[in-house]
Amino acid sequence: MLDPLSWGARLASALVYPRTLDDFVGLVAPLRSRRAHHAEVVLVRRETYDTVTLVLRPGPHFPAHRAGQHTALTLEIDGVRRTRVFSIASAEPRAGERHRTIELTIRARPSGLVTPRLTGRDARALREGDIVELGAPRGDFVLGTPVPDRLLLVSGGSGITPVMAMLRTLVARRHRGEVVFLTWAKSPRDTLFRAELDAIAKAAPLTCPGLRIAVVHGPMSEGDLAARVPDLASWEVFACGPSGMLDVVRADLRKHGDLTKLHTEQFSAPTRPPAPEGEGGEVTFARSGKTAEGRGPILPMAEGAGLRPKHGCRIGICHTCVCRKVSGTTRDTATGALSTDGDVDIRICTSEPVGPVVVDL
Amino acid sequence: MTHTTLSPSELESFGAEIDALLTRTKADLGERDTRYIRRVVRVQRGLEAAGRALLFASGFSPLFPVVWALGTGALAASKILENMEIGHNVLHGQYDFTNDPTLSSQTYEWDIVCPSEQWRHSHNVLHHTYTNVRGVDHDLGYRMLRVDPSQPWTPLALLQPLSTLVLGLLFQWGVAAHDIDMPKYLFRPSERTEEQREKVRELFAKAKKQLRKDYVLFPLLAGPFALHVLAGNLVANVVRNVWSFLVIFCGHFPEGTETFPPEALDGETRGGFYLRQLRGSANFEGSWLLHVASGHLSHQIEHHMFPDVPAHRYPEMAREVRAICGKYGVAYNSSSLSSQVWSVAKKIVRLAFPSAGGDATPTAA
Repeated sequence: MLDPLSWGARLASALVYPRTLDDFVGLVAPLRSRRAHHAEVVLVRRETYDTVTLVLRPGPHFPAHRAGQHTALTLEIDGVRRTRVFSIASAEPRAGERHRTIELTIRARPSGLVTPRLTGRDARALREGDIVELGAPRGDFVLGTPVPDRLLLVSGGSGITPVMAMLRTLVARRHRGEVVFLTWAKSPRDTLFRAELDAIAKAAPLTCPGLRIAVVHGPMSEGDLAARVPDLASWEVFACGPSGMLDVVRADLRKHGDLTKLHTEQFSAPTRPPAPEGEGGEVTFARSGKTAEGRGPILPMAEGAGLRPKHGCRIGICHTCVCRKVSGTTRDTATGALSTDGDVDIRICTSEPVGPVVVDL
Repeated sequence: MTHTTLSPSELESFGAEIDALLTRTKADLGERDTRYIRRVVRVQRGLEAAGRALLFASGFSPLFPVVWALGTGALAASKILENMEIGHNVLHGQYDFTNDPTLSSQTYEWDIVCPSEQWRHSHNVLHHTYTNVRGVDHDLGYRMLRVDPSQPWTPLALLQPLSTLVLGLLFQWGVAAHDIDMPKYLFRPSERTEEQREKVRELFAKAKKQLRKDYVLFPLLAGPFALHVLAGNLVANVVRNVWSFLVIFCGHFPEGTETFPPEALDGETRGGFYLRQLRGSANFEGSWLLHVASGHLSHQIEHHMFPDVPAHRYPEMAREVRAICGKYGVAYNSSSLSSQVWSVAKKIVRLAFPSAGGDATPTAA
């Protein structure tokens, strides 16, 4: 790619105006696009009956991630772009190195729109060679430097993915400190990375002598941590899993450990059934910090709250009032169609809230 | 022509049937539409690159006129596709459902001088909401032509057969001047508003980049063949202008299209809105290629009923709209492109003269 400030690039930009260079680069070499990060699907690997691992090769501008961080994966399903956030499960690259590939391990949420299409037996949403969009790696759920002497990695279900990235990183670095890796799974057939965990445990005396790994089946209950880890207060704890499990971890640490040494990560967004017809809801206007509550289209609600959003026809024709919905469910008053995704554009003159909604106004 | 006014209950069920078609179509939007517009975008980019390359090559080729004509043709075709099937339709929000930032009505900038934002106001808001309402929809003659007998005649109208031709050649500049109300801006400087000034600044900034690209940078890059490239670019722009002018004029001004007094908007129902769009618009028929080249504005009636439905769906929706119109006995204005062009031309010439009173084109209330 040309240096964007160079004369060549400026000339090229002037020649393709009002398109951007990216509009052309993106068609022939999407991985080199600068508008957004893209990655090629190198491999789709089945992990369990309802999980799949995507091995992705990002473009040259993709920043290195740190173990525990997540990325926003955008792909097209039925012609509509959908974005979902997943932890990166692969080890972080060595300092100064670039990624060759990253891995996302994804479990189907039965009521989900995206994950079942990636993981099902006849999943067709993604195949090897496809191009997806990736957000830059983000998140504070990362090991500090230097890595704490006594490290406890706790996970439940698919919450194993960010701590797996930590484990893989520590093993690759032949980490010498004490590490306990505890993961809870519903049953043996639900256990992720089973073979790899066995292999790591077997090799540990040579590679990471201070490492212990345990896979527990069934739900986690209070006292479990203290029973398995002596002197709980001396450990730095990284925990990721469903909210119920994190509550148990907190309770154990409150009693037997040190809550200030706890780092948590949680993804499973609570699924909310669509509200009954005409229920209305509370609208939060994120940019102005205002809120409004009621039924019917969001545009008059915003105006009632003292905002002056850009608008035109007010009847759903002109698309002047389109703005970003950050989260929540809205219903199109003309067609009755529900929009449940976050980070999508909606017309506020014909969209009514169904439960709590956040819009970027 | 048939002239039916529907009773309130008929109007309501007419509106409900059109609404049902809209809901059904919107529920079906998906991969087919995304794939379609992506394919059009790829073809357009390919044509643009090929056109520019051929124009460059034409100077070196012994077959100069052939290569030049091919290059100019490819560039004109690319500009037509970008203007009509991509730009116009994306700016209507037809592909907003894809959530793809490169197909978003809010950010797309099209390859003609009119800034997208200004066009979305004059076209999406004023024209599509108040279609053919006299005094509100400035697309009725674009503040310069007399296209309806209710518009007062002035001696200036005598020139309109000529000025229409000039408008056709320079159409993108007419579109660009439209949202600003350029005649008023130029001739009544004391009434200029800050908003107008801002729009003029935006327009100048975009016009500069448009002109620089086609008439300075590309020709200069061609060195000794600068004139070949400049001429090719000029012809391509004019071809696109004339074609989009024809498509738009055939959509609203053939015989049989009606205009409405401002009172028509009072208490207008959904059915009333659809009926006004139907009566104020006209379709033209032709091949698949003609429809694509017109950005499917060959189906102006469906476009006015469903402005944010992906336009390539209009041909299939038109069959149902036509059947519904037949059921309610309302006229559906559709004819070949040539007969609609002829119809518009006759009207422009006839209305240039004051004698053409109100009886030739009935005006619905």
